[in-house]
Amino acid sequence: MSERGTFRVKRGLAEMLKGGVIMDVTNAEQARIAEASGAVAVMALERVPADIRAEGGVARMASLKVIEEIQNAVTIPVMAKARIGHFVEAQVLQAIEVDYVDESEVLTPADEANHIDKHAFEVPFVCGATNLGEALRRIAEGAAMIRSKGEAGTGNIVEAVRHLREIVGGIRRLQSARREELPSIAKELQAPLEIVEEVAETGWLPVPLFCAGGIATPADAALTMQLGAEGNFVGSGIFKSSDPERRARAIVEATTHYKDPERIAAASRELGEAMRGDDIAQLAAEGELLQHRGA
Amino acid sequence: MGGAGPAVPPEVGAERLRVGVLASQGDFAAHVRMLAQLGAESMEVRTPEQVESLDALVIPGGESTTITKAIERDGLRPAIEAHHAAGKPIFGTCAGMIVLDRLHLGLLDATCRRNAFGRQIASFEADLEVEGVGPEPMRAVFIRAPWIEEHGPGVEVLARVDGHPVVVREGPVLAAAFHPELTDDSRLHALLMAMASGRGAGSPDAGGERKGAS
Repeated sequence: MSERGTFRVKRGLAEMLKGGVIMDVTNAEQARIAEASGAVAVMALERVPADIRAEGGVARMASLKVIEEIQNAVTIPVMAKARIGHFVEAQVLQAIEVDYVDESEVLTPADEANHIDKHAFEVPFVCGATNLGEALRRIAEGAAMIRSKGEAGTGNIVEAVRHLREIVGGIRRLQSARREELPSIAKELQAPLEIVEEVAETGWLPVPLFCAGGIATPADAALTMQLGAEGNFVGSGIFKSSDPERRARAIVEATTHYKDPERIAAASRELGEAMRGDDIAQLAAEGELLQHRGA
Repeated sequence: MGGAGPAVPPEVGAERLRVGVLASQGDFAAHVRMLAQLGAESMEVRTPEQVESLDALVIPGGESTTITKAIERDGLRPAIEAHHAAGKPIFGTCAGMIVLDRLHLGLLDATCRRNAFGRQIASFEADLEVEGVGPEPMRAVFIRAPWIEEHGPGVEVLARVDGHPVVVREGPVLAAAFHPELTDDSRLHALLMAMASGRGAGSPDAGGERKGAS
C-alpha cells in the first residue's frame, strides 16, 4: 500500500537537507543564484528578515506570485513561511505544493496561544526553538524538522549559539538523567513524557536539527555545525552582503567542511563585505526581539 | 531497531570492509549507521584521499545539484572514477542514483528523471518487491524521488514502480530511487557489501536483515 504524508516521509525530506544550506530568497533571480551556489533548498519570502525588521508593519505569508515564480525558477525544494498559528496560510501553502512550511516567528504571529496542528497536514513543517522544551513541544505538534531560532535579520550569531547550546545541552542532560527523573523533567520542559523518554534513550531529537538566525560568514556556518547543528538556514546574511553568489558558495563549502579549518579559511577569502549586523542588547531594549514569539 | 543487536555481517574474511559514505551533503549519517550495524568499518568521506582507501562507496540521498557541485569543487570525480575502474562497488540512493547517471558521473548507463513523482507532497512510502534481496518486500521511502527514464542494455532492473525502474544494477554500480537507510531494512546495503567482498555477482540473497517496517 502506498502512503503519502507519513511522518517518515515528512521527516525524510529534512534528512535529505542535512549538511546543506537553505537560503532565503525574494525573487526568481536570487533563487537561481542560490541554486547555482549549491543551496539544498530556498525559502521563498517577500522580504528578508533584515528588511522586515527595518520596515516594520505586519509580516505575512509571501504573495503566491512570488512563491510560484520561485518554484518555477529552481528544481531544489522550495519552502515558505506561514505565521505562527495561521493554519489557513499553511493550507494555502500546501495547496500550491510548497515542499516545506516554516511556521515562523519572523512573521507577525496570528495566534498568541496556539501553534498550527501540523499533524493535520501532508506537507512537512519546520519550526523554530530557543531551547529543548520548545523544540519538543513543536515536535509533539507535528514538526518534522527543528531550527534553532537565533535572532533573524541581525547578522549576529550570538543568539543562535545560545539556542543551539540550550537544545544540545538539554539533550545531554536528559541522557544523564535517571529514568524516574524523566517525568519531572518533562513537566519542567512542558513537553510530552513519551518524547522526552525517546530523546533520553536515543540522545538526539526525533527530527533533524538545523540552525537559523544570524549566520553571516563561513566561520559562523561552521561554528553552528561544530555545536551540533545538522545544517544551516541563512537569511539576510547572503543577499544583504556585497557579493551574494560568492558568499553563498563559501557558506555552502564551510557547512560541508565544518571540521576543516583550512577549508573554512580558503572559503573565507575575498568575500567582500558581510552584512552590517545588529547589537542584540539594543534590539532587546527596544523590544524588537523576534525569538520570544510563539514559545 | 529491534532488540536483537547488530545484524550478522556477511562473511568478509578477517578484514572488515571499509565502506565510505560521501558526506558532501545529505543523509550520510543514516548510511554510516546502517553499514556499521552490518559489520563494516563505515565512515564519512569528503576528500579524494578518503575515497582512495575504500572497498565500497555509498552516494547518499540529498540534493543532487548540491552533491554534484561539491564533487566538482572538491576534486572528487577522479577518485570516484578510479574506484569504479578498479571494479569496487558503488551504491547510490535517490540523489546518489542521479549523480551516477550519464548526465553526471556517467558511471551508470542510464538517464534519471529528477523529481519524477512530483514535489514533496507526492512523496510516499510503499511495499516494493526487489529482485536479489529475497521474497519479502522492502518498505521503500520515496522522497521527491527520481526514476530511471531510459537505460542501456547492460543495466539490470531489480524493481519498478508503475513500470519505471527504481532499483538497478550495472556491474559494480547499484542504485535505488528510494531510501533503505531511513528504514530498518539493510538488505541492499548487505548486497553492496557482498559485491565488495566478491560474493555478490550472482547471489540472489546476500543477507542483511529485514525487520518489521516501523
